[in-house]
Amino acid sequence: MLPGDLKAESFAGYPPQARAIAVEHVEALRRLPIAFAPSLLRELIDYDYKFPIERSTIEKELRALNALSDAQRHEWFGGFESISLSPSLENFNWVNLPAQFVEQEAAYLWSTHQLDAFRKAAKDYGDRLNQLAKPESRKQRRLGIAVVGGGVATYKEPLFRILRKHGTYFTNVSTKDAFKSIVDLVERRAEADPIPYAHWYVDGGRLHPHSEHITSVSYEALAPVRDSLLKRMQSEINRPGMGPEELRTVLARLNPADLGIGADLDPVLSRFQLKLFSEGSGTQIYSTTFAQWATREVLRRAQANTLLVRYAPRQRQRPMNELLAGGRSEAELDPVGSLVDAEMGAYYHWINQQRLPESDRSGFVAWFEGHGEAIAIGPTMPRGTESNSAIGLQELLSLDSA
Amino acid sequence: MNEDRSTVRRETASLVSRSRREFLRDAAGLVAGGALVQGSPFIRAETVRKKRKVVVVTFGGGARDQETFAPEGQENIPHMLGEMAPQSSFFTHVTNQGILGHYVATASLATGVYETLNNFASVAPEHPTIFEYFRKELRRPSSDAWVVAPSNGFHRIGESEVRGFGPGQGARVILPKRLLGLANSGGTADLEHLLHDNYETPLYTPALAGGEIELQQLEAILKLSVGDFSSHARTLSSPDELSLYIAKRLMREEAPSLLWITMHDIDVAHSGAYSLYIEGIRRTDRLCAELWKTIETEPEYAGNTTMFVLPDFGRDSDFDAGGNGFQHHRTGDAASRTTWMMVLGAGTRRGVVYDTPIQSIDLVPSIGAMMGFSPSQSSGKLIRDLV
Repeated sequence: MLPGDLKAESFAGYPPQARAIAVEHVEALRRLPIAFAPSLLRELIDYDYKFPIERSTIEKELRALNALSDAQRHEWFGGFESISLSPSLENFNWVNLPAQFVEQEAAYLWSTHQLDAFRKAAKDYGDRLNQLAKPESRKQRRLGIAVVGGGVATYKEPLFRILRKHGTYFTNVSTKDAFKSIVDLVERRAEADPIPYAHWYVDGGRLHPHSEHITSVSYEALAPVRDSLLKRMQSEINRPGMGPEELRTVLARLNPADLGIGADLDPVLSRFQLKLFSEGSGTQIYSTTFAQWATREVLRRAQANTLLVRYAPRQRQRPMNELLAGGRSEAELDPVGSLVDAEMGAYYHWINQQRLPESDRSGFVAWFEGHGEAIAIGPTMPRGTESNSAIGLQELLSLDSA
Repeated sequence: MNEDRSTVRRETASLVSRSRREFLRDAAGLVAGGALVQGSPFIRAETVRKKRKVVVVTFGGGARDQETFAPEGQENIPHMLGEMAPQSSFFTHVTNQGILGHYVATASLATGVYETLNNFASVAPEHPTIFEYFRKELRRPSSDAWVVAPSNGFHRIGESEVRGFGPGQGARVILPKRLLGLANSGGTADLEHLLHDNYETPLYTPALAGGEIELQQLEAILKLSVGDFSSHARTLSSPDELSLYIAKRLMREEAPSLLWITMHDIDVAHSGAYSLYIEGIRRTDRLCAELWKTIETEPEYAGNTTMFVLPDFGRDSDFDAGGNGFQHHRTGDAASRTTWMMVLGAGTRRGVVYDTPIQSIDLVPSIGAMMGFSPSQSSGKLIRDLV
């Protein structure tokens, strides 16, 4: 099937809101090249479970596609039209399984040396869409906060080395009620600008009490989901004929209920939680990976205005000789290794935040939990400098989020 | 527009390699290869070809500049930088234009052709391997070409199915982790974690038939009882340490002329834990130096062996929105495609840096020129600075 064959009935299997949007824009979808259309449908089919800003983005994209003249369409999609796909891909059920199609398409592009051409076409397309987007001024500056190193008593290596050149490194931050003051600040921001899914708290361990205005996820609270997913993966792997690609297909089809995520939970958030584990690599095993990946996805998808991420110690990787020695021990923690993970996670937090609109106004603070070291980056923070002056974390945050 | 993008990629890759060269020059006192005009040391090496041995190590699976040869990564490779680089010819600009999966990329390295096979399938390379060329043209026995590989997925890396080459004419492949699994069958369940085949699909391990014959290899070839093997394994901390242990036994007992070792600990990066990725790099650095010391001290290898160390590819850049930095190698960006190669030992110039762009598929024809065989189906080119 090619996009030109699409009809309203083609979307009968879509969730209700996604179906309505697809049917409304079927003419625009019919004119898309096969190398591109499933990528858009992959987003569209999940419309009912998308964050508001994602829904808005999809609607704007479809409106933009509707408005293209033939000449513009050729200009926008010439790169995709020059991609050749195999007959088996064209015959794939890409309308109802767009994510699986995109996986297989990626493998095909790699094997036929067309990946670079596809990447370029995709980048050009994204640039054109971005040029059409009208910047929406936010009430608040975006603020990211990473809390790293919980459980580490002493650490002699220099911290935040990569981030230091971008901001001010503080060495004498007061730790009194520090974490509470961070949560208080996030709550105040959420109450002042109560946009759904705009204010987040991700914890690699157990959530601290917080206002219901904040959207939150934690590694500990999702332990049953993780366990359920790992058991399901193991069971699938043991089936004859199962391989990595088949396993990914199985995971892509999972629903929150399949992993015991309660039906009473917000469907958007429950789907987000599911994808953290079914699409993330290592999120099921290491809490630091969970926190980093959740951060990336919260920023990429929800474009959070406030994001507090607290890293907690992950389980220690047992070396080969210990495994061979046998005997199951309680999972030990690796606080120092987790600090190294979290330091890199904080760097990626900042990079991902800088990809969002109005990045020149945004602020970012990373703090070594329980210690006096922090790095603050923002328009008011001098770059590449160090401050040894005594400062409270609350004051530091207010400087960076004003 | 495609031209623009290619230009940007070339410039990015060139910057990456230049920073390596500048760094190596400062840190290890190496000189630029372009300043050297004398002929290749291999020209005078014809008479010793029969004794020539080559050891290839893939520094895997996939490491970036910023964690290795760039200034900020130097602390992770003290052995390669301090001990090996001053003795080596170092190529700063090696690109891999193929598929960035470990099995398919290693197969490409071994055939000199960008292979397009399914990275996760149990299939042979689609073109003759270096081992087949070597054995066929030089009439070498099967004991003279070996591969030590980390995972079950590599068990067919030793030979293709190409007419005129193919089954029985390639390298013998030994999978140390698989041997460990066989030796410990019925043992602790915790071992399952260790035996997982690769980090890209951490729970997936392709099943291989047989087993008894492989265990017999321990005794017959490596002169190692199952009990001794298991006992020694209990003193090692990672699969790559086990691979090195097996490689050293092979060198002692079989002394293959062509030995290929694929390291894989670094690929723990797929788990997303940066500290484990760094640990993997530091361990691999140490193991490479240990292997080089073995080469220098084993009578069959000392003085007549050339060792190649190169990553199969890099990992994604921190700045490509399509990836997640060090964790994967999926974007195909310059950081994930641009690597380096260190060559040291017999016939190589010491302490020289070359930033001439080469490709990973150039390895096979270059080794062929050193050892005296012609990889007719390889699409790589001779590395002139080397041979």
